[in-house]
Amino acid sequence: MNPVNYLYLAALLFTIGAAGVLIRRNTIVLFMCVELMLNACNLAFVAFSRMHGNLDGQIIAFFTMVVAAAEVVVGLAIIVSLFRTRHSASVDDASLMKL
Amino acid sequence: MENLIALLVAAPLLGAAVLLCGGRRLDRAGHWLGTLLAAASFGIGAALFADMLGRGADDRTMRQHLYSWIPVEGFQADIAFQLDQLSMTFVLLISGVGTLIHVYSIGYMEHDERRRRFFGYLNLFLAAMLLLVLADNYLLLYVGWEGVGLASYLLIGFWQHKPSAATAAKKAFLVNRVGDMGLSIAIMLMFTTFGTFAFRPVLASAGETSEGMLTAIGLMLLLAACGKSAQVPLQSWLGDAMEGPTPVSALIHAATMVTAGVYLIVRSGAIFNGAPDAQLVTAIVGAVTLLFGAVVGCAKDDIKKALAGSTMSQIGYMVLAAGLGPIGYVFAIMHLVTHGFFKAGLFLGAGSVMHGMNDEVDMRKYGGLRRYMPVTFVTFGLGYLAIIGFPGLSGFFSKDRIIEAAFAKGGTEGWILGSVALLGAAITAFYMTRVMLMTFFGEKRWQPAPDADAAADVEPSAGHRPGEMPHPHESPKSMTVPMIVLAFGSVFAGGFFAIGDRFLNWLEPVTGYEHGHPPVSALTVTLATMAVLAVGVAIAWAMYGRRPVPVTAPRGSLLTRAARRDLLQDDFNHVVLVRGGEHLTRSLVYVDHSLVDGVVNGTAASVGGLSGRLRKLQNGYARSYAVSMFGGTAILIAATLLMRAV
Repeated sequence: MNPVNYLYLAALLFTIGAAGVLIRRNTIVLFMCVELMLNACNLAFVAFSRMHGNLDGQIIAFFTMVVAAAEVVVGLAIIVSLFRTRHSASVDDASLMKL
Repeated sequence: MENLIALLVAAPLLGAAVLLCGGRRLDRAGHWLGTLLAAASFGIGAALFADMLGRGADDRTMRQHLYSWIPVEGFQADIAFQLDQLSMTFVLLISGVGTLIHVYSIGYMEHDERRRRFFGYLNLFLAAMLLLVLADNYLLLYVGWEGVGLASYLLIGFWQHKPSAATAAKKAFLVNRVGDMGLSIAIMLMFTTFGTFAFRPVLASAGETSEGMLTAIGLMLLLAACGKSAQVPLQSWLGDAMEGPTPVSALIHAATMVTAGVYLIVRSGAIFNGAPDAQLVTAIVGAVTLLFGAVVGCAKDDIKKALAGSTMSQIGYMVLAAGLGPIGYVFAIMHLVTHGFFKAGLFLGAGSVMHGMNDEVDMRKYGGLRRYMPVTFVTFGLGYLAIIGFPGLSGFFSKDRIIEAAFAKGGTEGWILGSVALLGAAITAFYMTRVMLMTFFGEKRWQPAPDADAAADVEPSAGHRPGEMPHPHESPKSMTVPMIVLAFGSVFAGGFFAIGDRFLNWLEPVTGYEHGHPPVSALTVTLATMAVLAVGVAIAWAMYGRRPVPVTAPRGSLLTRAARRDLLQDDFNHVVLVRGGEHLTRSLVYVDHSLVDGVVNGTAASVGGLSGRLRKLQNGYARSYAVSMFGGTAILIAATLLMRAV
């Protein structure tokens, strides 16, 4: 199968993720869209690695996963504390630095 | 002996420092300390004079180099003194008359609670004036020049609780500033032309410089002299300066400081000799001032202001003589010295009269004082005879020589200058006779002291009650003795100097001398002077001696009224300079508001407006930040792709 198709898929996933980040208000959905964009990038890395016969891309994909896992921990904690203080999961409600 | 020169300046400077910083515990002895240090300065001067007399005529210049003030490559400013015959003459005059006036002030200022400060200022003045005449370069001279200006300011405004005295002090300071600017420009021109401002190299190489540059330097020096010596057009401060205590008027505004301009011109003789135009302007300034001062002196009823007009006029004679070049330098200085004696004596006499008359200054309220103040009458009378040039007294020898020298300039100028000097002699005789008659002769026209409101306006030393008639009495010894000494000088100094050309031989090695070619003989000039003198005295007698003097001044002719207002000098200054300056500043303020502030405020407003708009982007919505980030990234990528495609 032609590896370029994976690239098309990666672009499609990234676009969906980016559009979700820009359009949706729910923090959880936003967060999932960010994950989607990260995984789109991972897919692109792996596809390129395959195309160029070079393992660097695959190694970077592992790094990305580690960073994404860390990000999930911090991000979810923030979301939970936001929800506790504001009783809402909408990002637009958290537009001020005070309550 | 050379090492003593610095002590001449140091003694009074020490006095000023101690008296001004010493505080109240010196109040009881401060005046004695000040007088002692002034006398010490005179003593050192006399010792140096004796030493100088023992040397040959060409070997008399003494120098002392104290230290280098500003040693920079190509710019050497030294604290160094030069004592030659010219400086020596001034040193003796300044410290001698200065000491006498210190003694006089002990009595005159006795009731003033700020007497210690007064003596501190007097000592400061002596130090600055001695520095001025002893400096061996123009920069150090400038230091002394500013120093005497400061002392003059402090002493004119000594009774600063009187608004008129405070204003007069400021006026004197401001007008002098114009002249000082002339001196500083002259020094800068000298530095660019000669590369130095020490007397010796500048004056030695003056002959090799272009006439245009010499004329420029000469005119700037003349401007400086006009400011300090109250010559037209910078004369307006001297009359108001009489607000100061009378000893100050005698020392600073008659005998010494106001003659600094004459010293400057004579000292810079080599520059003026190479610039005939500057010389002619100097002579014209002198001639105009001698008439101006004389006319003002005729109209004033305030005894000190009449004497101030006379001072202006006599210094006009000196400047005229200095403007004649080597024909006149010696006689300018000779008249300066004799004038120092008789004018200081006259002012001290006026102070003594005021002392006895409840500080009244209006001569119309004097009259008949000769019986009550005999010593003052005799000393003032001798000063009077000396200043009008009565044969045999000081003024006769010195003024006569100036008139003769003016004629000797030759050509039409010589005739005009000579005639003006003769006319001035006649007017001098008139106004001095007027002062004499109104003060000491005629009937008593005494008035009770002013009431309480006005009493706040007179000197604090007065010690009299409002509404009390004056009781004229002779002044204490400390005041009469200096007057007697100065009267001796007024009588004998001129003859001593002139007979056998003693003064001429003494100063000639410094100033140079040429006899000139007078179109009329010396005897004719003397006789003509005597004739106009008699006319002046006779007219004054007819107007003020034969007829009683009214207590309130009559309206008088147009000229009299103008002369009472100092020939409209202040009105002229007000209309031209003050109003002009106000208009100029107002237009500058307008430009500042509209143009300068416009640019500055406009910049600030546009930056502010832009920030206001940019602030709206910072709205706190995470998704709008995400849009900008996304948009920015998209633009960057698009641009990168575009660049690679090209």
